[in-house]
Amino acid sequence: MLKVVSRRLIQLFITLLALMTLIFFWLRSLPGGPVDALLGERATPETRERLIRALGYDEPIWVQYGHFLKNVVTGNFGNSIRTGEPVMDVIGRSFPATVELAVAAMIIAIGLGVPLGYLAARHRGRALDNATIILTLVGISIPIFFLGYLLKDWLTQSVHVFPPSGRISTGMDNTDVTGLFVLDGLLTREFDASADALWHLVLPAFTLATIPLAIIIRITRASVLDVLDADYIRTAEAKGLRNPTVRKRHVLRNALLPVVTIIGLQTGALLAGAVLTEKVYNWGGLGTLITDSISGSRDYPVLQALILLAAVVFIVVNLVVDLSYAVIDPRVRV
Amino acid sequence: MRASGMQARRLRTVIAAGVVAALAIGGAGCAKSDRDSGGDENKAATGGTFIFAGAGDPKNFDPIFNDDGESFRPIRQMYDTLVTHKPGTAELTGGLAESWSNDPTGKVWTFKLRQGVKFHDGSALDAAAVCANFDRWFNMKGEAAQSQMIYYADVFGGFAGSPDAVYDNCKAQDASTAVVTMKKYKGAFPGAFALTAFSIASPTAMKQYDADKVTQNGDSFAYSAFATEHPTGTGAFTYGGWNKATGEITLNKNPDYWGDKAKVDKMIIKVIKDENTRKQELRAGTVQAIDFPAPADRKALADEGYKVLNRPAFNILYLGINQKNPKLRDLRVRQAIAYALNRAQLVQTKGPGGSTVADEFLPSTVMGYAPDVQKYDYNLDKAKQLLSEAGATGLTLNFYYPTEVSRPYMPNPQEIFTVLANDLQAAGIKINGVPRPWNGGFKDDVQQFGKQDLHILGWTGDYNDPGNFVGTFFGREKKEFGDGAMTDMFTAIGKADATVEQNAKKAAWEQVNRDIASKWLPAVPIWHGPPALVTTKNVEGLVPSPLTAEQFNTVSITK
Amino acid sequence: MNKLAEHKRQRIDELTARTAEGGGVSLFRDAGRRLLRNPTAIVGATIILLFLVIAIFAPLVAPHDPVQRFPELTKDLTVDTIPGPTAGHPFGSDPLGRDFMSRMIYGARQTMFVGVLATTIGLLLGVLLGGVAGAAGGWIDVVIMRFTDVMLALPSLLLAITLVALASQSTQWTVIMAVAIVNVPIFARLLRGSMLAQRESDHVLAARALGVKRRHIVTRHMLPNSLTAVIVQATLTFAVAILDAAALSFLGLGDPDINRAEWGLMLGVDGVRYFEVRPELAYFPALAIILVALGFTLLGEGMREALDPKNRR
Repeated sequence: MLKVVSRRLIQLFITLLALMTLIFFWLRSLPGGPVDALLGERATPETRERLIRALGYDEPIWVQYGHFLKNVVTGNFGNSIRTGEPVMDVIGRSFPATVELAVAAMIIAIGLGVPLGYLAARHRGRALDNATIILTLVGISIPIFFLGYLLKDWLTQSVHVFPPSGRISTGMDNTDVTGLFVLDGLLTREFDASADALWHLVLPAFTLATIPLAIIIRITRASVLDVLDADYIRTAEAKGLRNPTVRKRHVLRNALLPVVTIIGLQTGALLAGAVLTEKVYNWGGLGTLITDSISGSRDYPVLQALILLAAVVFIVVNLVVDLSYAVIDPRVRV
Repeated sequence: MRASGMQARRLRTVIAAGVVAALAIGGAGCAKSDRDSGGDENKAATGGTFIFAGAGDPKNFDPIFNDDGESFRPIRQMYDTLVTHKPGTAELTGGLAESWSNDPTGKVWTFKLRQGVKFHDGSALDAAAVCANFDRWFNMKGEAAQSQMIYYADVFGGFAGSPDAVYDNCKAQDASTAVVTMKKYKGAFPGAFALTAFSIASPTAMKQYDADKVTQNGDSFAYSAFATEHPTGTGAFTYGGWNKATGEITLNKNPDYWGDKAKVDKMIIKVIKDENTRKQELRAGTVQAIDFPAPADRKALADEGYKVLNRPAFNILYLGINQKNPKLRDLRVRQAIAYALNRAQLVQTKGPGGSTVADEFLPSTVMGYAPDVQKYDYNLDKAKQLLSEAGATGLTLNFYYPTEVSRPYMPNPQEIFTVLANDLQAAGIKINGVPRPWNGGFKDDVQQFGKQDLHILGWTGDYNDPGNFVGTFFGREKKEFGDGAMTDMFTAIGKADATVEQNAKKAAWEQVNRDIASKWLPAVPIWHGPPALVTTKNVEGLVPSPLTAEQFNTVSITK
Repeated sequence: MNKLAEHKRQRIDELTARTAEGGGVSLFRDAGRRLLRNPTAIVGATIILLFLVIAIFAPLVAPHDPVQRFPELTKDLTVDTIPGPTAGHPFGSDPLGRDFMSRMIYGARQTMFVGVLATTIGLLLGVLLGGVAGAAGGWIDVVIMRFTDVMLALPSLLLAITLVALASQSTQWTVIMAVAIVNVPIFARLLRGSMLAQRESDHVLAARALGVKRRHIVTRHMLPNSLTAVIVQATLTFAVAILDAAALSFLGLGDPDINRAEWGLMLGVDGVRYFEVRPELAYFPALAIILVALGFTLLGEGMREALDPKNRR
């Protein structure tokens, strides 16, 4: 076991090293970048030279690479060009915002998706079913940033129902504990802040929920239909079991298994939608961070850290799963 | 492995969910409200809170290490400069210095300081403190710190030990008289003393919080505690914190301010990058003022009763022509380009409200603006004729334009490019459009390498001096316009800039501007397009500044 | 994010399993017949056909040149007013005084172009990778599949954003390539899986037992069967491709040339910017995108249903 772990760790190390090297040299070969981003329109050529020296860009590329490696190994990704703070602080701050949004979106998607899918299946072929199917088809065909814009325009401008952007009202002065504002408000008993954050969450969460919602409805519907067609349900019904009992005992329980799987799997896809949703609603999460560190600012330190982080998460999760798998099932060799 | 794939999948899901949950609950154990208990924040205090939507994150709050408007906005409220501008103009008036004078050589500046001014930390603003600031800038150590002093390097030429350095010394003649001596005369002064970058900070606080410490970390810099947590100036507002998670910078009223005390108790600058969202927040009533509304929204907002405050134009958008291309060294070709552009139509269709066609590279309010320069009104026939005279028919030009950027003078570069390219094509010039991201190659390609034939770029003025406009663009050899193409022009501008006597100086600059239009034409001025501010009806006293240098102490909110 | 990869992989495997059990070339004829009886596929195909006709005959259908600026439109154009419908211009003007109707019509062409190209490139690269992996086996297979795993782990739009960022300059081609590359691993897995599954399937075993040549088995039996799965996937991919291209435009990382009349670009840039001045600038391209995406999704699902051996009765 120990041998396996160490072998995998070495593999992990080599993979990350290769990826880091690739990103480092790739980003440095691109035009523009940190120097341009740090200098506004007013810098003199002398200032430019000075900045290049200060950043060590005049040194041979392998020396720069050495500095970079040394920093990364000690967990230092440098400072963000855009905001000047350590990259890890920026990422750490954005992460809970996206978690909050994603969790809310999933709650909506599941809370609406499962009952709707079930109802549609129960009313197979009837108006409700058809309407649901059309809705889900439109749901996956509509550009979600456009949907976000429409919702925002209707519900925050034409009618002032929801706040147009942000995570909490300006000047709320909420206490930051976990970075999940709704939860923080509850923990610190600042219930007004919690309610306010929740109110801000509604539109973005609905926007982000559209795609998982459509998928969950479809899967639930298909799954319930499968179960309804299954022999054991027919048997139960033939035996004279009344409808509600069948529904509760057999149909739902059996139909929900594939739905649960899909729900877990859809969560990852939320990050892509978050990039768009967060931009529409000025939501300061990872999605905004990704676009902000590319478009306009060329914040390579952040970009580089995000890519590495994604790789680490991916590899580590894989490793943990494979290992625990070996523990659970002795037949599997890692 | 394959047979039990389902289990593995579920396991992965569970682990991932667990990680997320653990992170979420991480700090929950020590949950405690930081809020001030007792006083109700929202109680109808006399001043109230003014919420202003800015367009981007500031970098830090040490004036000298900044060069962008979003950092300067809060800095301007917390600090003062020796000399400042009369509200709503680019005219100079006393700031921390009640008056200032210049000796006949133009090198010695004497500042009479206001009495009884105190920094936010309680220390006194006196001549020694002013000199401490000047000396700090000049003696700044380390290339990391120096490389971030963009305005200083530009205006003061260099640091201690540099032969080009303009600054010589600063003496405290008495507690309220500071005498700054320069090595040579520079036209930028006294206007440059009003630059926000040269705000006067508390020497005590700078020492206490290690202000000069700028450290390189990776591809960027880390700033001192002074710059990030304890900015200390003399301004009408004191620093109240920067919540990065919500993008809010809080400023509190300085009750001991020497000038007009702030009318609101608190001001919050809320960072909203998207112009559309800024407008929507304004309509929702969650912010009381926004900067840089989309040009397309100005009218609608005005119709709805919001106050649209147009800043007087103090910027320029131009079409640069690179004379590295031999064809473009022919004045007739450059004139043909100028005639081919239907700038009046561009201003009508795409210009921000209040914008005007530019005939010169500086706004008419700046000294040295010549009322009688050669004009290039839209004339397609003349353009074609000039092109054929110059033997330049069938010309193909690479036109570089920036993407991923919006500047006050250039709200939408792609549209501007498309319109200009369309005009040039109508005159028979083939245009090869080359889009480049602003920080991802545009500035490099255009200003470092000069790869382009044509490009669009512009400038917002810093102070009322022609050198800040014309001198910046054409005062020396630049790749942007082709190396060594116009020595006469460089010489003339150098001379005008070095002239000390004000009338002679004015005349010299006027001649420069006439010659630029008729003889040199290194670029075609397009428009002066002022950016706007929009406030709700109940905001009073916000005076738009041509330099985008608004002071918010005069702002009040009526019920 | 690993879960996402799993999810995609699972869907691909499902599709593979369903289509792999087919029976040689006759499947096409059979599938065609069932496709014609499938209402979902018919609706989808009709929508696509309609837009395809518009795309192909755009120069004949469109009243004007899509990039020409018209004096009668620029006359009334200001920064905050965009002229609405007039006699010669039924959809009115776009933000630069061009004929919006012509731009919408040419938009069909440009959008189809982006979608078709992105899908085709993704498909070809994917089929190549998958084919190599399936044919070579061994460590090459392992490496290629590990690689596709990594790519599948990232949500497609994020991968596209990263690719555009790494290209530094976004052009129409970086957008097409980014959207294409995102789909490479899906096609690769699909083809490989399908080929592997068929290697053991009855009809291939039977053909082999009858002494049919290996090449003949691959070209006449295995490839056509695998391709049906690939074609179904390509149809579904098309919808995602044009949605991703629109999203990139919205994020400011799309095609920078606003002369190009492409719906995603028109929606993501002008549509959003001038939404209040003239909402049609957003509604029309959005509606067009939704319809086309819907068309391809319907056709893809219809095909999947029709080709599903479970439904073959």
